[in-house]
Amino acid sequence: MTKQVKQLDRVIIRFAGDSGDGMQLTGDRFTQESAAFGNDLQTLPNFPAEIRAPQGTLPGVSSFQVHFADHDILTPGDSPDVLVAMNPAALKANLPDMKPGTSIIVDSHDFSARNLIKAGYAGNPLEDDSLADYALTVVDLTGMTVAAVKEFGLSRKDAARAKNMFALGLLSWMYGRPTETTTAFLEKRFAKSPDIRDANITAFKAGWNFGETTEAFAVKYEIKPAPMSAGVYRNITGNLALAYGLVAGGVQSGLPLFLGTYPITPASDVLHELSKHKRFGITTFQAEDEIAGIGAALGASFAGSLGVTSTSGPGIALKSETIGLAVMTELPLVVIDVQRGGPSTGLPTKTEQADLLQAMFGRNGESPVPIVAPQSPGDCFAAAVEAIRIAVTYRTPVMLLSDGMLANGSEPWQIPDIDELPVIDPAFATAPNHEVLDKDGNSTEDFWPYLRDEETLARPWAIPGTAGLEHRIGGLEKGDGHGNISYDPGNHDYMVRIRQAKTDRIADSLPPLEVDDPSGRAKVLVMGWGSTYGPIGAACRRVRKAGLDVAQVHLRHLNPFPKDLGEIIKRYDAVMIPEMNLGQLSLLIRAKYLVDVVGYNHVRGLPLKAAELAEAITDLISTTTGEATADDAGTSSQDKESVR
Amino acid sequence: MTTTEPLPFPGLKGVPTTDEKQTGKDFTSNQEVRWCPGCGDYAVLKAVQSFLPDLGLLRENIVFVSGIGCSSRFPYYLETYGMHSIHGRAPAIATGIATAREDLSVWVVTGDGDALSIGGNHLIHAMRRNVNMTILLFNNRIYGLTKGQYSPTSEPGKVTKSTPAGSVDHPFNPVSLALGAEATFVARTIDSDRKHLTSVLAAAAAHRGTSLVEIYQNCPIFNDGAFDAIKNPDTKADAIIPLVQGEPIRFGHLREDGQPSKGIVRSATGGVEVVDTAEVPEADLLVHDAHVDDPTTAFALSRLTDAGVLHQSPIGIFRSVERPTYDDQARAQITTASAGQDDQRTALSSLISGGDTWTVI
Repeated sequence: MTKQVKQLDRVIIRFAGDSGDGMQLTGDRFTQESAAFGNDLQTLPNFPAEIRAPQGTLPGVSSFQVHFADHDILTPGDSPDVLVAMNPAALKANLPDMKPGTSIIVDSHDFSARNLIKAGYAGNPLEDDSLADYALTVVDLTGMTVAAVKEFGLSRKDAARAKNMFALGLLSWMYGRPTETTTAFLEKRFAKSPDIRDANITAFKAGWNFGETTEAFAVKYEIKPAPMSAGVYRNITGNLALAYGLVAGGVQSGLPLFLGTYPITPASDVLHELSKHKRFGITTFQAEDEIAGIGAALGASFAGSLGVTSTSGPGIALKSETIGLAVMTELPLVVIDVQRGGPSTGLPTKTEQADLLQAMFGRNGESPVPIVAPQSPGDCFAAAVEAIRIAVTYRTPVMLLSDGMLANGSEPWQIPDIDELPVIDPAFATAPNHEVLDKDGNSTEDFWPYLRDEETLARPWAIPGTAGLEHRIGGLEKGDGHGNISYDPGNHDYMVRIRQAKTDRIADSLPPLEVDDPSGRAKVLVMGWGSTYGPIGAACRRVRKAGLDVAQVHLRHLNPFPKDLGEIIKRYDAVMIPEMNLGQLSLLIRAKYLVDVVGYNHVRGLPLKAAELAEAITDLISTTTGEATADDAGTSSQDKESVR
Repeated sequence: MTTTEPLPFPGLKGVPTTDEKQTGKDFTSNQEVRWCPGCGDYAVLKAVQSFLPDLGLLRENIVFVSGIGCSSRFPYYLETYGMHSIHGRAPAIATGIATAREDLSVWVVTGDGDALSIGGNHLIHAMRRNVNMTILLFNNRIYGLTKGQYSPTSEPGKVTKSTPAGSVDHPFNPVSLALGAEATFVARTIDSDRKHLTSVLAAAAAHRGTSLVEIYQNCPIFNDGAFDAIKNPDTKADAIIPLVQGEPIRFGHLREDGQPSKGIVRSATGGVEVVDTAEVPEADLLVHDAHVDDPTTAFALSRLTDAGVLHQSPIGIFRSVERPTYDDQARAQITTASAGQDDQRTALSSLISGGDTWTVI
């Protein structure tokens, strides 16, 4: 039959199933196909902390959302246009996110009485009219998969496991995705088990052919490639980009990288990735605990490596004492916090950005630590390079605040030209730096480990093996210059201030902020940091589309703040700060600039929703200028209901 | 120096040496030593300062790392590279240093509180990994820097500021603990016996891997006399069980025939026990062999140490066996991965351009 082809500018698909159903892989393959096709895209994996939660239950549901478009997009999307549900639990768990009129494709195979009860359904939703508001398509994906792969003689269980590839094939057909990358991927992945390989490829093709021939789907869709600036692209997750940024920072500084770490969700992929790249001289040390991980990293820095440690919020709590030692010893160290829901163990697999104040203040004493945050998955690369630049140049621990959404989310990334990356000079001390008179009045030379560079206020980094520069450092207060233990009150006051001044001095090296204020008439400024960049940007676009003016600024540096931030804030009548916390940046901005910013705060373990945020911005514009009403942002009533 | 290891020591392979004559003064920093008068730490510092020249290493390639406690001030007094770090973490920091740099001789100075209480985890993991470093564990069986609370090696019943009714903690035996963690070199020595201390330091430095040296060290302020039994000329013969490689283990006051009155034999329960040498043939005495891979006998010997007030303790090298070190193996993996590869910038370029890519014109 001939199918109708419909043009769309963007689509949000969510694949949902049991955590053993391979939904992450399915979503990832669909993403790669879309990237290869040339759409802009953003993804949002969402999975339980349990490796295999009880099968068929709501806690065991794993999903992967992909938003792809013919124009540049900033978020994985608020709510899906299409839900692919592989079992009753996946349907039940994801239905609240579906707006009326959207499409749901359900694998009917698992809708047995037993599975329905497990998911908490009293009756079969496929048989009553509870899904009447949706464009529902019920297909026995599993049954068709098993029939399609019969020839390979797999057990029924193994045959059924290929159902995710059948679903992928069907959706790939529906949205005209290229299939070569997935076929090549399956050939490689299952090269060692030809039967499994052939079954998966066959299921994938069968899914495609089913779409082509069945009457259940009368329409296929076309989403044209998005115009992007010229260059070579790849799809990349935040953790991968971050790991590559660390490799790049190592190469650019000429320092061997030493990662001392302990596995923790959602940061472990940084360890996994770096452990593959020993050819760059990278050592990955999986320590006995978080404390030993950062301890070894700091030891390696003392010995002349680039020490890095990676963790999430609970790990930062354990590393705090050693971060303090790095502040005192003024050694380069990069501390990566891939934030997750807290406090305590919190929500290990969900995103949050509530560790800002921990990064800023979570140590005893006056203990300033520079903070850098990436704003998108691909941006994790540049942020890691920047963290290394600051750490090495200023001889300081630097906190790099990623989060779960950036870590596992992905987007097309324009591969940078490495000639454009900053060159980072470790500038090791090689000679004495201080003149002393011996008891006979003769001048000799000495090495003072705390004699500072006038421009950066950084101390010299003299590594073991350098003759004549032998010195001792440690956690006790240091005398200015000579670095010996000092309990002198005036010296302590001076050293506390000089460590703060050194951190503040970093602002001299930062570029001016870029404020996005297209009309130049905005009265309201929306400020953010980290992964909220996408939702804030998308919300601002909505607001502007509705004819209102709004400005956006996003902070890469949280400590110190860029020098022009105060002046920028003063230009606007109102400042809103959306955050996935209860107002941590708000607190810092209020304290520093005495401006009563308006917070917009959600801690749901999920990214902010652009539509809801757009409403809040519109409300603020309205109260600030008296010109607009909330409905102008063009959001539906359903969005409003979910604002809490 | 008394060590059976060939020169250059395997433990120091890769560390640059010098032919220039060095003295203890070359390793003495300009910082005033600030331990209490009579502290055992002075004797150990002096012994280390006069021993280091024997190694013939470039001074700038030696690193001392310490934690927190009285003994952890040690690095400040040595003219080498050093880090006085935070409580309990010195083995972790030293692991980073030793793994990052083959050309450094890495030493950890720690105490019974630092190593066995707050830093217990790092200590056992450094030893099981067998990172090439020498750990000097100053055991004074008390908390000195915090002014006199009981430590994890204090005897049961110890009355201190924090235990006025007596401690109900059971102590660690550091040697037993190290052997349980499968440390490849475990020894015990005494602060006041310069000759024995120096010989153990030499053997520890010669060993490639983690060397754990427990040093009995007197705290004259808060635990004076804790080791009197092994220091007092009248009692030490019966208190010290000397472990000498290849020799039958004998100790105790001398019999009329000039032979030591006590010896060690294997016991029926699988351990070892002290016997009267007059009652067993010499051939039945246990001949000490620290190079046996099985740590069982070494552990049995370690149990001859009093857990309570010290009246008897084996002194010497309990175990010295070879096992590949963590740091050597970690570096070897990097060397293998780097061999014959492109330069790093080219490799970086191809790394970040890997995976499925597409070009926008």
